[in-house]
Amino acid sequence: MSEHSEALPIRSQEDVVLVRQAVRRLAAQTGMNLVDQTKIVTAASELARNTLIYGKGGTVGLEILKEDRRSGVRLTFEDHGPGIPNIQEALKDGFTSGNGLGLGLGGAKRLSSEFDIVSEVGQGTKVTIVRWNR
Amino acid sequence: MSTPPVSRLPEILAASENDLLAEWSAALDRQMASRAGTLRAVAADFLSALRNGAQKGELSDISGQAWAPMRSLLEQFSRDRAIQGFSASQTATLVFSFKEPLFARLRIALAGDADALARETWTANLLLDQLGLHTVETFQQTREEIITRQQEELLELSTPVVQLWDGVLALPLIGTLDSARTGVVMQSMLEAIVNTGAEMAIIDITGVPTVDTLVAQHLLKTVAAARLMGADCIISGIRPQIAQTIIHLGVDLTNVITKATLADAFKLALQRTGMRIVRPENVRPEARKEA
Amino acid sequence: MDRIPVLKMGQFLLVTIQVDMHDQLALALQDDLTAQIVRHRARGVLIDISAVDMVDSFMGRMLGNIAGMARILDAETVVVGMQPSVAITLVELGLALPGVRTALNVEKGVHLLTEAVRESSS
Repeated sequence: MSEHSEALPIRSQEDVVLVRQAVRRLAAQTGMNLVDQTKIVTAASELARNTLIYGKGGTVGLEILKEDRRSGVRLTFEDHGPGIPNIQEALKDGFTSGNGLGLGLGGAKRLSSEFDIVSEVGQGTKVTIVRWNR
Repeated sequence: MSTPPVSRLPEILAASENDLLAEWSAALDRQMASRAGTLRAVAADFLSALRNGAQKGELSDISGQAWAPMRSLLEQFSRDRAIQGFSASQTATLVFSFKEPLFARLRIALAGDADALARETWTANLLLDQLGLHTVETFQQTREEIITRQQEELLELSTPVVQLWDGVLALPLIGTLDSARTGVVMQSMLEAIVNTGAEMAIIDITGVPTVDTLVAQHLLKTVAAARLMGADCIISGIRPQIAQTIIHLGVDLTNVITKATLADAFKLALQRTGMRIVRPENVRPEARKEA
Repeated sequence: MDRIPVLKMGQFLLVTIQVDMHDQLALALQDDLTAQIVRHRARGVLIDISAVDMVDSFMGRMLGNIAGMARILDAETVVVGMQPSVAITLVELGLALPGVRTALNVEKGVHLLTEAVRESSS
């Protein structure tokens, strides 16, 4: 069940910083421990940067999820950019790639409890991640 | 689907609220072994939430918006009782004890209409059952939260980080390690490294009977994290069986310093921090005093 | 635009990162440090991240770049004060910091740099 949702724009580098701070606040609210908070904030930073640079700007939706035994944070990054032609390739780590996609997707996936990505060339990309606090 | 006749329950509840409260309080005093005063307050709140819910919401389904205040009320009550150590059935009895006064009142209000009486009694019965069960569920949840919290506290108590020397920490792990416990333990070790400024941390697993892949990976990640921070780890106390398991699992320990015993690890840690233990030439070990 | 101050500490430079950096600020820091290493002929750079609660791949690359550029200019780089949750996250992320030495605090960092300088001078 989702509570508290808000949406933030990702149109500039300052926005990326604001997104990190908003995610940190939200994660702390669910009582997440420090390491898990840091993981989701880091994942959010990667994905927000992707949205800005590769996706040419977009939005992120932030939600608190509450279930019987646990609560968590869900983030949905959306853009109407070029889309990712080969998702499997993009999920592999490419340290050396200069275009910023290098570690972003794979890294964000590793840092999250749940990860989902939908992308269509010419339409855009939507990445959803969840971090549970248990 | 034929529409059933509209229930008269909401109207009866509204009309007889004061009488119901009085009769119920008397019943509670008889049945429940606790101060009647506080229960009367809860009963009064219950009655008004019941009236509101019945008027605005579904009688057969308490999950709707109209029943939200009632659910909150029951959850609060249930939580309090769980924390105080009451049993689940003692807690649900509050709700079920309302049946007696309510059915009595229904008999009076619907005298002469046997069908209506049977119908309304059944509706009321089902409704109170739902509410009683909701109380029990909340009760269970609260108890589980208490248990989880106690487990966490136990966890913290059972994994002390020990300072063996300036700049040398030891973490003697005892018992089986599951993923969650290992995570907590490793975090406290890394924090101890920051707090004490220790550059060497020894993780001793002599007291750990088995190690699985997840735990082994956790250990490796902790070593990597410590190195990123500017410290280093030695894993000691690896028993032959565990060594075999690790090889079988294919875990790569080539980058990790391991020692068979805590003593060996300590010696190495001292060396790495630039210390040496020396016995000065002309000093004998202290002679034991005569008893 | 605010820039992160770079302090001179003997033959070393000290940078304390205390704000949430956006990418441009990080790039400005890279430039500043490189310029100052040359200007002061610094032999070492100490980056204090004890106030930093998140290091993502961009910042990790920045630290790696600084270390790389510093080495070309004959200076060593030490990053100090990494928080445990940051370290754990970096490991999980799979991000190593190649060429970046680390120490637990500024004092140990200076010690490390001093030794490194002594070794490379002998």
